[in-house]
Amino acid sequence: MKSVMDSLQSLGHKGSGFFERLGRASILFYHILAGVPGLFLRYPLMIQQIYSVGVLSLLIIVVSGLFVGMVLGLQGYNTLVDFGAEESLGVVVALSLVRELGPVVTALLFAGRAGSALTAEIGLMKATEQLSAMEMMAIDPIRRVLAPRFLAGFFSMPLLAAIFSAVGVIGGYIVGVGLLGVDDGAYWSQMQAKVDLHEDIYNGVIKSIAFGVIVTWIAVFEGYDAVPTSEGVSRATTRTVVHSSLAVLGTDFILTALMFGEH
Amino acid sequence: MSNSSDILVSTRGLSFSRGSRQIFDDIDIDIKRGSVTAFMGPSGTGKTTLLRLIGGQLRPDSGKVLVDGEEVHALKRAQLYQLRKRMGMLFQNGALLTDMNVYDNVAFPLREHTDLPERLIRDLVLMKLHAVGLRGARKLMPSELSGGMARRVALARAIALDPMMIMYDEPFTGQDPISMGVLVNLIRLLNDALGLTSIIVSHDIAETAAIADDIYLLSGGKVVAHGSADELKQSGSEWAKQFIEGLPDGPVPFHYPAEDYAHDLLNGGAA
Amino acid sequence: MTIRLTEIWVGIFVAAGLAALFMLAMKVSNLSSYSQDGGYEITARFEDISGLKVRSAVTMAGVRIGRVTAIGFDKDTFEAVVTMTVEGDYNTLPKDTSASIYTAGLLGEKYVGLEPGGDETNMQQGDRIKLTQGSMVLEKLIGQFISRFLDSDKEAKN
Repeated sequence: MKSVMDSLQSLGHKGSGFFERLGRASILFYHILAGVPGLFLRYPLMIQQIYSVGVLSLLIIVVSGLFVGMVLGLQGYNTLVDFGAEESLGVVVALSLVRELGPVVTALLFAGRAGSALTAEIGLMKATEQLSAMEMMAIDPIRRVLAPRFLAGFFSMPLLAAIFSAVGVIGGYIVGVGLLGVDDGAYWSQMQAKVDLHEDIYNGVIKSIAFGVIVTWIAVFEGYDAVPTSEGVSRATTRTVVHSSLAVLGTDFILTALMFGEH
Repeated sequence: MSNSSDILVSTRGLSFSRGSRQIFDDIDIDIKRGSVTAFMGPSGTGKTTLLRLIGGQLRPDSGKVLVDGEEVHALKRAQLYQLRKRMGMLFQNGALLTDMNVYDNVAFPLREHTDLPERLIRDLVLMKLHAVGLRGARKLMPSELSGGMARRVALARAIALDPMMIMYDEPFTGQDPISMGVLVNLIRLLNDALGLTSIIVSHDIAETAAIADDIYLLSGGKVVAHGSADELKQSGSEWAKQFIEGLPDGPVPFHYPAEDYAHDLLNGGAA
Repeated sequence: MTIRLTEIWVGIFVAAGLAALFMLAMKVSNLSSYSQDGGYEITARFEDISGLKVRSAVTMAGVRIGRVTAIGFDKDTFEAVVTMTVEGDYNTLPKDTSASIYTAGLLGEKYVGLEPGGDETNMQQGDRIKLTQGSMVLEKLIGQFISRFLDSDKEAKN
């Protein structure tokens, strides 16, 4: 009986711990947003961060986008050819990418590459007392360190997702039209007929913006909140990747239901 | 709001605990303007915590901390930040920003807090670096510096805004004799030349005693001895004696609290 | 990494991102056939529009000349009221044009097919198509087919 009480207690403890962290994260979010307006006067900070968060993620995004697009071309063809509908390959590839795979896979890759790097960097700055030193120099580390990184992630994600989708469509083209014999004209014309600017592209962009906020927020919070030891930083980095991945997938479901559900 | 009294920093009835441990218990401290004051004591007595309390990074459970007549923890955020601009702090490992070189590190507070043109900033940075003897190292990255050099750069950064006081967190720990000598000299020199008030937290007796005007011995959350180095040596206090002579046992016990030895051995088997 | 080089890379990155968005908008989506300035609205009433949606295509001779912009319901006549916007270029539709709802492919989506009549005056903004044929509902077709089959069977037996 005691062990049941113990498990219940630890569950409650974990639950309240979760809310505690969520509360701290929300307060941090508020402080970051408060620091954003001042950032537009400080371009060099932003440029540096967009470089390390966005530009350095380009390689993995482009390569992944290409491969995902090619696989979509392959698998899509295999399935459609049974219905005699292989000319619609362009539609399958484009819609899958623009609506779902572009925003979601980019967010997951981003969380793994840029998110974990952000957490590690900030966590290490905390562990080596650099954040503390800044505070003692009367410089708010949230405005100087966290806000630029947050804005950079928020700004980079939609661009990366668009690049992923565009490269994927081209990948599907290479496989479908180049290798499998789908008609060139049919690939693009069917796609253009069925992919809607408002419904699909805009919604995809909105998704990637939402994911950008979530992933960067979690990455920055975990770094700032990390226990300032090497073990603490490594655990925080892991948490960033796991939590942002789960949050992205969960949010994707909610957004998809809202955007693409039956009207 | 300047107060031309003798005392720059003081605490009254300061109490602070972390979890179940009482770190400070009703402490009263006075730090005189222009002096070098040292806080010493065994490891773990929360000396670094004291510096954080003075700088406003931690809140005391009760009691007051006053810096230059202002009560630190009653200040609003903006005012606290104004106060901090007049305080310099040297962290144990230097805490230099690792993504910029030495020059940029020292220039950091100047660029953030002033609108001075780069030419003027350059002059100031070079002067500060020269004062610590590292003007030639200005292009190096923090990872390329030895521990002692990193601390000196951090010192240059701490005096960049010409503060009224500097806090040193264990500046001598882990240094080779030469770097130690350099640092000891620098601290005293800068204090007198720039009219600073220096607060040193350390457990290196010889070095600290050589330059400190006033020493506080802390143990068990209380001030157990206070005075100049000579006064402490001559006082009959057991604490002072154990600390200054480095005796392994005394008021600070050798053994971590444990059961009776014979009892523990004979009843081996119980974990 | 100098500041200059960093800035260049960031510029390239942003340009690539915008280019990708542009490409998606232009080549992938239906943006090119999107401009609807100068279009005019006409309405048509149907008995059954099952499956027809807002933004479904409106075609004539197989060419898309407009879109369905609104679907409503008349509470008095219990008919579906479909509002369509025809692109401004196609302003020579005769007044007695008829409209039917077809299915694209066997299982595809519904669209409105217009057939020209012979009237000399043209459709204007706000005009109503008089002749309409509702969408073919599969169940009704099967029902018709079965009952006709049973009837002929009965006749044959008699």
